[in-house]
Amino acid sequence: MKKMLLASLVAAGLSSGAAVAAPAIDGKVKIGVIGDMGGVYADICGPGCVTATEMAIEDFGGKALGKPIEVVSADSQLKPDVASSIVRKWVENEGVDTLGGLVASSVTGAIASVASQNKNIMLISGSASNGFTTKQCSPYIAHWTYNVAALANGTVKTLVSEGKKKWFFITADYNFGHALEGVSTKVIESNGGEVVGGVRAPLSTTDFSSYVLQAQSSGADVVALANAGNDTVNALNAAAEFGLTEMMDIAGLLVFTQNAQAMDPDVAAGMKLTTGFYWDMDDQTREWSKRFKERHGGIPSMAHAGAYSATMHYLAAVEATGTDDPDKVMSWMKSNKPNDFFSRNAYLRADGRMVHDMLLVKIKDKASRKSGDDIYEILNTIPGDTAFNPMLPECEFKY
Amino acid sequence: MFDINLFALSGQLLIGLINGSFYALLSLGLAIIFGLLRIINFAQGAMYMLGAFCALLFLKWFGMSYWVALFVVPFVVAVLGILIERFLIRPIANLDHLYSLLLTFGIALILQGSFTHLFGSSGLPYSTPAELKGGMKLPFMYLPNYRAWIIASSVVICGLTWYMIEKTKLGAYLRAGTENPQLLQAFGINVPLIITLTFAFGVGLAGFAGVLAAPVYSVAPDMGSNILIVVFAIVVIGGMGSIGGAIITGLLMGIIEGLTKYFYPEASATVIFLVMMLVLIVKPAGLFGKEG
Repeated sequence: MKKMLLASLVAAGLSSGAAVAAPAIDGKVKIGVIGDMGGVYADICGPGCVTATEMAIEDFGGKALGKPIEVVSADSQLKPDVASSIVRKWVENEGVDTLGGLVASSVTGAIASVASQNKNIMLISGSASNGFTTKQCSPYIAHWTYNVAALANGTVKTLVSEGKKKWFFITADYNFGHALEGVSTKVIESNGGEVVGGVRAPLSTTDFSSYVLQAQSSGADVVALANAGNDTVNALNAAAEFGLTEMMDIAGLLVFTQNAQAMDPDVAAGMKLTTGFYWDMDDQTREWSKRFKERHGGIPSMAHAGAYSATMHYLAAVEATGTDDPDKVMSWMKSNKPNDFFSRNAYLRADGRMVHDMLLVKIKDKASRKSGDDIYEILNTIPGDTAFNPMLPECEFKY
Repeated sequence: MFDINLFALSGQLLIGLINGSFYALLSLGLAIIFGLLRIINFAQGAMYMLGAFCALLFLKWFGMSYWVALFVVPFVVAVLGILIERFLIRPIANLDHLYSLLLTFGIALILQGSFTHLFGSSGLPYSTPAELKGGMKLPFMYLPNYRAWIIASSVVICGLTWYMIEKTKLGAYLRAGTENPQLLQAFGINVPLIITLTFAFGVGLAGFAGVLAAPVYSVAPDMGSNILIVVFAIVVIGGMGSIGGAIITGLLMGIIEGLTKYFYPEASATVIFLVMMLVLIVKPAGLFGKEG
């Protein structure tokens, strides 16, 4: 054990001392998908993001620049240090050009500091933070599926404009939760609403009844769940159990289809949320989702669909420019609009934000569900320019 | 103003007590296994998760109702416990306790990994039984019927277990078996059988808690590992192996956690460990443990 520790320390020292390498512009495309393969976000962007990327490569014909496209995948274990050392190995020794998947903002942030130095393109599909097109913006990031701003502008704005002015937050006590709460608060206040209270619950809280009780006595119109995954499901369950759902609206600020499926329909029915994609929107989405489900075993999350779409657009860029040079590829990706079942009215903005239509949906009740996958009713399309945050001048990249 | 705060506080106390009864049930199983077998069972959380999943799957496969599951599932989990004890733990019973700890930890990882592989990481819903839907209006809060049921059933199960171990002849055998297994065997008692049954009973309790948890918490593969560490801390605070200590400490820690959630929620995940540290410094054997 000691020996191993020592060896990894030495290895870490060596790799951090190594010179920064540029990606291999060798005419050979290699994509590395890094996601959460067995942890809390495994259903959101883990094996499914690998499948989606592979599907894109197959649909593209399996070859780019006349050579077979390679794909490798790894488990970030949701640990920033683990993820960045994997990525360092990939880009420095194994000729990986481009990174896909990428879930959990803390992990993706750590990867970004390695990849951006090396000019490796990142096709971010699973992470939520606005930071990838603001504080941490880079010419080589394409933030594809959604972000915190789109979630707030979708769900929060809609509810405030319906007259739900007083808000109470149950927030996951880490970066993502704070960011979601912060952005949502701005949206609430700028639309004439107010935040009447909130609690910060530690990540992976099992029992939310105590917080629900506090929300109950706050006199709010809406209780916003600024958390994700099982935290959202558990919070919602507690809210329903204690009768909160009958007194106030519950807004789940980040809900993936897999989370919605984990909720009791009797409890979740009627909840409004924002998503970047829904499998049952039209024939195009159904066709792709059916193929995905056959291979993966479940319906796609928006992160899965985004991973496919981003990979397709990237490969199209490589083929069109005739090179895997990241500058030329990114420049093409930004000046040509993606158009597929996922990307509606879409374009990749100069700061790397993929702006596309978002959907405001409502969770269906048990009676109106035709199958276990039939979970949302689409209420509204939110145009990309309203949904996403405006571009910062310092992040407007030219190539 | 004071009245409102007092009301809110009573609500939080009651909720703490409900969560505490959950902790009591889980830590009781751990304490029994440790007290009588000297095994630190890291798979206890996985058994709890298994209980919840069994309830869900039996409903899906056989249409088994919640009430039937409440009786059947603990037995199923206990049978698995018998197999684990008989075929995995016993062969290494003579080695250092560290080995059984590692073994049960491995079992927990395998179970959790397999369930994540089979059912995904997002969890599955389980409806509250119709008989327990709704709730009652107390002067200071709305108490869901199901939560009242949790506290009532946990207290009854904990009470019965304590009585059985401390006051009955069977319990006397169990306790004698830990003190001096050779002597007990010389009296013609089948000690290996007692050990197996004790382990089965301990994990059966976790299975029971799992069924109890299924309607209120999302049934997910990581539900056991999340709660296990807290439960371990409770067993340590109560005094490793102390049956009554585990029950009382479970309830007490539920209340302390509940109050923390009210006054300073950010610390609610750590407060139990803080108490554990303080207890270990002041009374290393735990609140109810015997010194030495």
